[in-house]
Amino acid sequence: MVGIVGYGVYVPRYRIKTEEIAAVWGEDGPKLAKGLGVFEKSVPGPDEDVATISVEAARNAIKQGDIDPTDIGAVYVGSESHPYAVKPTGTIVAESIGCTHDITCADFEFACKAGTAAVQTCMGLVDSKMIKIGLAIGSDTAQGRPGDALEYSAAAGGAAFLIGKKKPVATIEETVSFTTDTPDFWRREGEDFPSHGARFTGEPAYFRHVGAGAKSLLKKTKTTVEDYDYFVFHMPNGKFPIAMGRQLGVPPEKLEDSLIVRQIGNTYSGSAMMGLARILDIADPDSKIFMVAYGSGAGSDAFSIKVEEEIESRRGEVPTMDDYIARKTYVSYAVYAKYRRKIVALG
Amino acid sequence: MAQHGVAQIWRRIRAIYNIEGNTCKTCDTYYFPPRPVCPTCRRKGVLEDHKFKGLGKIHTFAVVRQAPDDFKRQIPYVIAQVELDEGARVTAQIVNIDPEEVEIGMRVRACFRKITQAGTAGVIVYGYKFEPVLKVTGHSYP
Ligand SMILES: [Zn+2]
Repeated sequence: MVGIVGYGVYVPRYRIKTEEIAAVWGEDGPKLAKGLGVFEKSVPGPDEDVATISVEAARNAIKQGDIDPTDIGAVYVGSESHPYAVKPTGTIVAESIGCTHDITCADFEFACKAGTAAVQTCMGLVDSKMIKIGLAIGSDTAQGRPGDALEYSAAAGGAAFLIGKKKPVATIEETVSFTTDTPDFWRREGEDFPSHGARFTGEPAYFRHVGAGAKSLLKKTKTTVEDYDYFVFHMPNGKFPIAMGRQLGVPPEKLEDSLIVRQIGNTYSGSAMMGLARILDIADPDSKIFMVAYGSGAGSDAFSIKVEEEIESRRGEVPTMDDYIARKTYVSYAVYAKYRRKIVALG
Repeated sequence: MAQHGVAQIWRRIRAIYNIEGNTCKTCDTYYFPPRPVCPTCRRKGVLEDHKFKGLGKIHTFAVVRQAPDDFKRQIPYVIAQVELDEGARVTAQIVNIDPEEVEIGMRVRACFRKITQAGTAGVIVYGYKFEPVLKVTGHSYP
């Protein structure tokens, strides 16, 4: 069965506290952090972007899975902050991890679920024997307009999953998707910052699509919430996944371990995949994971995953999600603005 | 708009993305960037490609406080000579550390970063920089 034969994550070192951003705009920081469920978020260094984050995550995945990079037949990078508008990020990733040149490569885009769309594509290519191993990456350096609500959560990070058949650390038992035309969040060509439908991003967007994806997967697999040990939902903030869990009857303790959003913010295309990585870091073999990624625009990709014995022998090779969360240096809003190119005069 | 010098960048991509140099099998010396001939053995040298592991230590360093325009956003930053475990020395930026904490002899590992870019429309150059070795749960690193 097709599964994850290696995985890795990357989070930049810098963090800014919600309170620090709130102080700049005269908001009540502690109250805002608690309401949002985001206490600090990751900030990329001035020399980091989706290509560098993707490469670091991919190198970790290859080492974690003990994979020969020349066995990789496809490299797909999902992001909404690709460094080039035209020139695939995947080409840079493939060259920097030692892939052969006889591979297929493309960049994916579906707001925050571009990475899981890449996972599904790799699953199809592996299952049809077109490729041996596919590399699917979800990675972002998300930007919120200064002063906008998104500024408190838009973060940076990425996860890389190697999809194949030989000795998987986890098998992907089933996947389904749900897609509609829903304008909850978008960014037009040439615009630096995204726009959103404010309150419209909740019920008709996130909750409808994640909920429909989840129900569809349960129906297709003839399973119930009780059959799963861990749940991972896309994390635009700390409160949406918890509310989603409540709607679906998921006990909070089954969701708790995936909520990386509290410490690193919303890593967009990386979000659900990094939450899954955190579960893979800690789950025992035979554990069952239920994941639903969400992308604005809008759609959801749901996965039923089973952890395999192989995972135990692969631990301790690369930094875990928690190792990256713990490695941090706080920056002020001024340094954050300098790094994120919000000071225009510096070019 | 056409940009000059793209071919020069392209020729070095594989070497600067992965720290690929070469080694002389005759005198067991490692070179980065790769050499066309071994300067010691000359015609007796036998050169083979070598991908460096990317681990090493800081041989010497300087803190840059006055930088060209492209690097202003990063000051103060650290430029060091890193002695790779195989023996070759490379000059590179040290990231993910405050300049005050950098020490000679410190263990570092290669990471992948943006080196420079030709304005907002030009090509972006990526390559190696170095960072302090990372903690890995369940693993004792050197
Ligand atoms: Zn020689």
